[in-house]
Amino acid sequence: MNEPTELPPWLEFFTFSNVNVAFVFVGCVLLGMSTGVLGCFAFLRKRSLLGDALAHAALPGVCAAFLLTGTKNPLIILGGAMVSCWLGALSVEMIVRHTRCKEDSALGMVLSVFFGVGIVMLTYIQRTGEAAQAGLDKFLFGQAAALIDRDVWTLGILSVLILAVVALAYKEFKVFSFDPEFAAGIGLPVRTIEIILATLIVVAVGIGLQAVGVVLMAAMLVTPAAGARYWTERLGVMLIAAGTFGALSGGLGAYISYLSPKMPTGPWMVIAATILFAISFLFAPRRGVLPRLRRHFRFRRRTAEENVLRTLYLLGEPFEQWSDSYSTSELLQYRSMPTAQLARTLNRLIHKALVSEPAQGRYALTEFGVTRAARVTRLHRLWELYLTRKLEIAPDHVHDDAEEIEHILTPELEQRLAALLEHPDEDPHARTIPGRLQPGESGA
Amino acid sequence: MSPETPPPIEVHDLTVAYRHRPVLWDIDVVFPEGKLVAVVGPNGAGKSTLIKAIMGLVPLASGHVEVFGRPARQTQGAIAYVPQRESVDWEFPTTALDVVLMGRYGQLSLFGRPKRRDREIARNCLEKVGMAEYAKRQISQLSGGQQQRVFLARALAQQTRVYLMDEPFSGVDAATERAIVALLHDLREQGSTVVVVHHDLQTVPDYFDHVMLLNLRTVAFGPVGEVFTPENLHKTYGGRSHLLSEVTERLRQKEWIGRQ
Repeated sequence: MNEPTELPPWLEFFTFSNVNVAFVFVGCVLLGMSTGVLGCFAFLRKRSLLGDALAHAALPGVCAAFLLTGTKNPLIILGGAMVSCWLGALSVEMIVRHTRCKEDSALGMVLSVFFGVGIVMLTYIQRTGEAAQAGLDKFLFGQAAALIDRDVWTLGILSVLILAVVALAYKEFKVFSFDPEFAAGIGLPVRTIEIILATLIVVAVGIGLQAVGVVLMAAMLVTPAAGARYWTERLGVMLIAAGTFGALSGGLGAYISYLSPKMPTGPWMVIAATILFAISFLFAPRRGVLPRLRRHFRFRRRTAEENVLRTLYLLGEPFEQWSDSYSTSELLQYRSMPTAQLARTLNRLIHKALVSEPAQGRYALTEFGVTRAARVTRLHRLWELYLTRKLEIAPDHVHDDAEEIEHILTPELEQRLAALLEHPDEDPHARTIPGRLQPGESGA
Repeated sequence: MSPETPPPIEVHDLTVAYRHRPVLWDIDVVFPEGKLVAVVGPNGAGKSTLIKAIMGLVPLASGHVEVFGRPARQTQGAIAYVPQRESVDWEFPTTALDVVLMGRYGQLSLFGRPKRRDREIARNCLEKVGMAEYAKRQISQLSGGQQQRVFLARALAQQTRVYLMDEPFSGVDAATERAIVALLHDLREQGSTVVVVHHDLQTVPDYFDHVMLLNLRTVAFGPVGEVFTPENLHKTYGGRSHLLSEVTERLRQKEWIGRQ
């Protein structure tokens, strides 16, 4: 607070001149990182809901610990939270084993019952007037700014501990998450691994209580992992990405808490994590929605191009020469598509030098265009022949299938197909199948 | 292979129950060394359960399993297990080579990382199933048959002499089927014992030496030429023993919890 020059608070934060602020910030970053990394295993094992149930189950333990000891010592609070998390986990297991309820119902029941009991206890504490000084209500939605030194130390050390355990037992966690029965088969102590993973989640929930709160803690376990999954096909990279997302979210929560100390931090951390998830979901190169839409759109464009090429080829085929040009209405007679789409497609084909510049609104294939058109026609007819000859489908049923397959066959598949059909000359409708290379053409 | 050598797998009076309902009754079987054994039976006959019981993956209501004469509990890792392909989520973020490398984990120390030698073994095993060029491929991008071959390679990487395979031929393409058959023959030549849950009765005489006909209890076990007979098949598939099913149903209602 004793700055020589006055910076606006949103900027002053980044000077980290306030040691306490820096301390809380680092704590929240570590917390986000450890929950993000740990959450990957819950996510991959499809146990995301367990984190949510455990977080809610922590509340009665927190209240009980306070009621019994009257202190807010982080280790005592954490102990209370862990005991009640364990009771919650145990209840889930018992319900699944001894009733007809499946795991999802058991999780739902445990989550709400424990949370309800917790709220009752919290209300009781508030009635007795101790809540203001205890600040227990912060445990609902978290408040990073309320963290004091010993809280941050506990949180930081345990976060690092979680990361260390994951780093150490990476191989065991990996095989256990992928194929637990196989892991048991090679003699790994799967029951112990499962208990360690559950304990780590309980610890993560416990240390996140003050900063994130019980209500939203699960999001810090699930959301970074769900976002990270979009970027990679490697578990190691996924853990690093989820850790990074979690750290960014935790950092943002601490930042907001500094700017507006009355604001709960948990929701902000969750919003940050969700924005990162949305970015991943939309833009991640292979799995993201937009790149996939783009690939889809490109494929549709190529399909339209190849359809027009094949139409021009069919028009010239009876005369075995393709220098004649055709108007768009003539083309549309053979291949129905929206007029505007035809115009756009023709423009692209001209641009690619597959169709020559129109003369009086009439279009013709270039020499290069004839080669490409012949190949598409060849693939179409090869596929029709394959369907009729090898799969014994009636000739009048095969055209529509070939319409789709002609666009996706690779040269390698084409060769295998031709070899399988013993390099045929005619399709099922007794039309010539163009050869791999047009006579007199050099393009392949 | 001297006569004194204890057999690779010996199952004594094994009974397994799911939810109070016995699914395997009094199974006694000795799988002989160096043979390819098919386990055959209708759906729900307990074939997979038998495999899992031998692996120690399901609780036994009674009986015990010995591996090379020692209790199965002490010999974990001695048997390579190939679970059904559908038992895992192939969307898991990992590569084919990584999955095969998991076959080495049992030999590594706790927390130990795979070494270069383990990678070499894993790569060799992928090659043995004709999957060398797919080592770096994300597993969700493999076809069903290729995924099955990755599972087989993972078992090979364990470098053991006993293999339990749960329906490896189920839903695979012709190339994979040929690859698996070739692999089985290789394993037999090396003196390994392979027990395969199999669903295609037609290929049993071609692929296997011994056959176990199973339907809640052992209907017959022995060399294919002797026990793979129409009468035995009829006994296995021709409707379950009505009395036995009725008794198991009653046990379920009485909340039977196993002997002793």
